[in-house]
Amino acid sequence: MLLYIIRRLAQSVLVMLTVALIAFTLFQFVGDPINNMVDQDTSLAERERIRKELGLDDPVIVQFWRFVENAAQGEFGVSYRLKKPVAELIAERFPATLELSIISAILALGIGIPMGVYTALNRERWTAKLFMTLSLVGVSLPTFLIGIFLILIFGVQLRWLPTFGRGEVVDLGWWTTGLLTASGLKSLIMPSITLAVFQMTLIVRLVRAEMLEVLRTDYIRFARARGLRDRAIHFGHALKNTLVPVITIIGLQVGAIIAFAIITESVFQWPGMGLLFVQAISEVDIPVMAAYLMLIALVFVVINLVVDILYVVIDPRLRTES
Amino acid sequence: MADETILPDSAGRGEERPPSALARFLDSDLRWSFRRSPLVITAFLVTVLMIGAATFAPWVAPHDPFDLASLDLMDSLLPPAWMEGGDPRYLLGTDDQGRDILSTILYGARISLLVGFLSVILAMLIGVTVGLVAGYAGGVTDAVLMRIADIQLTFPAILIALLVDGVMRGILPPEAHEEVALFVLVLAIALSSWVQYARTVRSSTMVEKRKEYVQAAQVIGLPSARILLRHILPNVMGPVLVIATIQLALAIIIEATLSFLGVGVPPTSPSLGTLIRIGNDYLFSGEWWITVFPGLALIILVLAVNLLGDWLRDVLNPKLR
Repeated sequence: MLLYIIRRLAQSVLVMLTVALIAFTLFQFVGDPINNMVDQDTSLAERERIRKELGLDDPVIVQFWRFVENAAQGEFGVSYRLKKPVAELIAERFPATLELSIISAILALGIGIPMGVYTALNRERWTAKLFMTLSLVGVSLPTFLIGIFLILIFGVQLRWLPTFGRGEVVDLGWWTTGLLTASGLKSLIMPSITLAVFQMTLIVRLVRAEMLEVLRTDYIRFARARGLRDRAIHFGHALKNTLVPVITIIGLQVGAIIAFAIITESVFQWPGMGLLFVQAISEVDIPVMAAYLMLIALVFVVINLVVDILYVVIDPRLRTES
Repeated sequence: MADETILPDSAGRGEERPPSALARFLDSDLRWSFRRSPLVITAFLVTVLMIGAATFAPWVAPHDPFDLASLDLMDSLLPPAWMEGGDPRYLLGTDDQGRDILSTILYGARISLLVGFLSVILAMLIGVTVGLVAGYAGGVTDAVLMRIADIQLTFPAILIALLVDGVMRGILPPEAHEEVALFVLVLAIALSSWVQYARTVRSSTMVEKRKEYVQAAQVIGLPSARILLRHILPNVMGPVLVIATIQLALAIIIEATLSFLGVGVPPTSPSLGTLIRIGNDYLFSGEWWITVFPGLALIILVLAVNLLGDWLRDVLNPKLR
């Protein structure tokens, strides 16, 4: 088991280095950074001096290593567009994205899993069929359109909910939260629903498929033959085994939610990291892009690592295999 | 008599020939299941209708929205024809530049479908090649390729497409980007979705390569490339087509999303996503039709393709039902 974890860990480091290489390559394409720092009268000798000082004349591999070292400490330089340190920008925006993502994840899982179980158990009932059709509609609805339609109905027509921003936030010093004020909570409703819908429909379909698979197995048939009650079979035996693969899905969903937050944040002008990233892409703000790239990769690698380890803990068969 | 049965006899055995592809199709489960489901028939008709209307947009559309001479600013921001102030010439209303919404939708769907089809084809090419090579070669090649696929699969497609697009934007000079934006987009979407094909093709290749016909081909000394392309490929293509249908819907969504975020196709050739982005600015001033109609067109298109894909998967792979 220890060997398994070490191997996974090594793989994660490799992934992070690959992403770092991509991020580093980005910087190589924006031209000579010296030109951005000096004016036209600067002599060649002066330019050379600056170049040496910044270590830009070192071999590429040395420069790459320095980039990795800085990245590991959260140093990504200064944003071209906003003229502020990238680390500061991200720290400012991180709470907004995380609050949105967590609320959406709770919504998606809290509604998605029971709905998936229900549709699997009552396959032939019309409500289950309705849920399945709705989930297909949900999969076909692009996230940004859900947001736009919600804005149109509840923001523009009915004027019930705010359509952009976080509302009033409370500054806790190291964290800004919108969860403590009425306007903050109201602002959270539409974005979190928008973000949750797609994940929810996915979860419904996956839980249903997984549950149907388990219900077909021999041990469930045997449990029925023993005369156990439906409730005990479904929730005591079937659901438990359904949830093993669902954990992987949940792990990946958390990552997916952070990724989809990019879209939701753009629709609602939510001041999070995703909005920062989209603006960075369209303006080719390389330091911000590189930082976001590394951060997202880190989130995904950590989630995957945790899921892999959880897997071994939950499923004893995997322990003997490795 | 005994000799005759062995001889290949072309005459007089007409009835016993294997049925043609069309005859086999007409007799298949596929057709039976298709005729039984009104929902699938509707989805099929809608898909065909939309692809047809988009393909022939220059002939079908009531106006040419990109002919600047025909645009009149007096006609801008008109509501749909059935509403007060609507103009019967513009069934679904007009946008800020006086362009007919129905026509821009048709032209926009054309771009969306073009990007969708191209990226699905490119993803299929990459995925099938990787799958064939990994499955046939095995060993280290297989391990490395599948490891890459696994890692990529943990990231959502839309994020990868966004990153590839962003990286390309960083690399290409801004002047060049406008021209190649469409191809960058196709590449970004293809690179985000090849893994599905690769995994499926790899597993069926591994099954096929142990079969006798492949061993026979190896024994007579055919080169590996020929065995893969002529012998194994036709036997692993079935599931690939199912994936392609589902991926088409996904590709259209990704394209629309990227264009909505402003990093997709250039505004000079607007897709459905671009139209929604443009309309979004007018949402608050009450001109909802500029956004809503392209949005509905997008949803209907994706839903119809998704329904077809779901049905194909169920029919061809009853185990998944």
